[in-house]
Amino acid sequence: MDSAQLLGITTFTYLFSSLLYVFLLVFKTQRLARVATGFTAVALAVQTIGLILRWVESYQMGIGRAPLTNMYESLVFFAWSIIVLYLYVERKFATRAIGPFAVPLAFLAMAYASFAGSIDKSISPLVPALQSNWLVAHVVTCFIGYAAFAIAAALGLMYLFKTRDQAKTAARTTLLPPLPTLDDLIHKTMIFGFIWLSVGIITGAIWANSAWGTYWSWDPKETWSLITWFFYAITLHARYTRGWNGNRLAVLALCGFASVLFTYLGVNLLLSGLHSYGAS
Amino acid sequence: MFINTLLCPWAVARRHCRPTLSNPFPPFAFMKLVQQMWTFFASVQLAIFSLCCIALTSIIGTVVPQGETHAEYVARFGEKTATFFHILDIPRMYSSWWFYGLLTVLAINLVVCSIDRFPTAWRLIRADSLDISPARLAAMANVRRFVIKAPLAAAIDWQQFLRPLGRAQQASNAHGSLFLVDRGRYSRLGVYLVHLSILVIFIGAGIGQLFGFKGSVMLPEQKETDQVFAAADSAPIPLGFTVRCQSFTIAYYDSGMVKEYRSHLTIVEEGREVLSKDIVVNSPLQYKGITFYQSSYKPHPEFIVDITPAGSAPKLFTLPFQEERVWEERGLRFGVINAEGSGQRAVRAKLWFKAGDGEAVTRWLADNESVTVSADGKDYAIRVKQLYSTGLQVARDPGVWIVYGGCLLLVFGLYVAFFLAHRRFWLSLGREDNGCVAIILAGATNKNKLAFARTFEQLAEDLQRRTESEG
Repeated sequence: MDSAQLLGITTFTYLFSSLLYVFLLVFKTQRLARVATGFTAVALAVQTIGLILRWVESYQMGIGRAPLTNMYESLVFFAWSIIVLYLYVERKFATRAIGPFAVPLAFLAMAYASFAGSIDKSISPLVPALQSNWLVAHVVTCFIGYAAFAIAAALGLMYLFKTRDQAKTAARTTLLPPLPTLDDLIHKTMIFGFIWLSVGIITGAIWANSAWGTYWSWDPKETWSLITWFFYAITLHARYTRGWNGNRLAVLALCGFASVLFTYLGVNLLLSGLHSYGAS
Repeated sequence: MFINTLLCPWAVARRHCRPTLSNPFPPFAFMKLVQQMWTFFASVQLAIFSLCCIALTSIIGTVVPQGETHAEYVARFGEKTATFFHILDIPRMYSSWWFYGLLTVLAINLVVCSIDRFPTAWRLIRADSLDISPARLAAMANVRRFVIKAPLAAAIDWQQFLRPLGRAQQASNAHGSLFLVDRGRYSRLGVYLVHLSILVIFIGAGIGQLFGFKGSVMLPEQKETDQVFAAADSAPIPLGFTVRCQSFTIAYYDSGMVKEYRSHLTIVEEGREVLSKDIVVNSPLQYKGITFYQSSYKPHPEFIVDITPAGSAPKLFTLPFQEERVWEERGLRFGVINAEGSGQRAVRAKLWFKAGDGEAVTRWLADNESVTVSADGKDYAIRVKQLYSTGLQVARDPGVWIVYGGCLLLVFGLYVAFFLAHRRFWLSLGREDNGCVAIILAGATNKNKLAFARTFEQLAEDLQRRTESEG
């Protein structure tokens, strides 16, 4: 078994656990909930082993670097972070119902990593700019932030789904947590993501300063990460002072995630800049 | 951020009537204007507006390439658009007057709104929460009321009961007694730390702009310089010392990918070598507050030939491709007559070498490879290397540690602002006329109310069980 096989399997296991969660939501079968969670946990374990193996393989190839250095690896790590965070939220807030919204995001990340033609899956050595101890700190903090924003968006989607559904008589969303709980969860995951994004931007700035002599050069990636940071800062302010919660917060969570996705993928695909090594 | 005003409507009301409170004089037009300006700069609307403006205008600079020449913009966007860009400073928008203007508005807004709201927060921090009437407690969002027999109330150790929440303060009055657990009152400062941290970062960035510089220099191997060129306008900047590039090398992976760019730099001051260091991309050299970063390189159609005659000192020669050079004292003539490579990079070079009247030797050498050549009965260690210039990014930024301090403060402030809350639990014991004691359990928090409500519920249930079991 090598890491490529394990990570390939992960794509399908996340697909399967997405389906389990959707099934659970549609048929309101609470009994399957444990199965879905258990399966997702196993899938996460497989992915974790896959990631560790990839790390080990890089050492065997004489390269020796953390598996966090190109688009493929970042997508895999993104999926991993989403699942870790999702399972934590599920456990902490005792709600399995957000699975059908969150787990498919991890599947999509894995599927994109595995099947997009432009993405190079090989373990290649590091270009000089990436040979830094800040690499791991920067990537890990950013992706914890991204994953939290992904969960917030999933919760936002769920919130909108539930408010729309509640108007009907035969509500399908009785399994979903009550709206105030959801609203609170969106807010919390957003705050969590905001702090990690802040740390991610700061570690990036320190790294940039030690590599290029400027902690901030308004490169498109930097600028977009700042735009995303501003977006969430505005959202958090609007919630505190204008009382923007409920549907509005849900919509903002989705818009914020769109900004995250643009920062993460859009900038690499559409704009040029210093982060070009993340593009393939 | 302004949780405090949200939580305490009375505080807002007090703020709104401040003009009449703090200004006993007739409202002059000027005072009124100042008041209006103050309210404007203290408003959250302005904060949201300026953040939106900065975020939206920032997008322009990610779409329109920055720092190119006017001709390039004309070529790409057409004459009219390019002129329009020029008028609005779009080519250098992040240092344009209007972008700085927006940042200034944000900074003023941060200062004014913090000053405006801080006194309220400080009052809440300093407030004596023990000075509260049972009626106020009964009106709180989290409240439970029990009535138990007086001996039972006396039998319970209330300090002990509240211990899991924290140490309780106690006050007694004519009605009975009041216990208070008051935790995390200083967490109300978190938001101000965050605002302060952003200002600190701005100040650090400003100091860097005013007292620092960003420049670069292309320095050929074996050459030295005492000045670099400004990034903005290529104006020469004196260093105050000399930096010398001893060598520049590129290491490759087996795949042909670049593994490392390495420059061996030496700092020379008043004719003395004071510091030597190999720099690579993530490991710069710093001397007297000026930092040298490995940033680029340029290959030249020239070679460095390093000759060490057996048993004597080496000597370095820099010579153009296909040009003969002479080392008079040793009677040596040599040159690079051919080279193979990819692009501008020479992978191997063909050396022509003649000692005295002996036979000329020709030899293919890999770049930077050292070989021993025998000519005219003598041995010579010879190394041939393509000549490169190392591209150095040179910066002096006295504000960088202030910026880092601001960043640290930002993260700490965010943690305090979001994860710590000012939580208060009151337990009031009031003697009733019928030999009973009325217990009011009340709680208040400024953040995370759902979780607080659960904690409060738990506590209330504990209290209920306690009073029932002992009764």
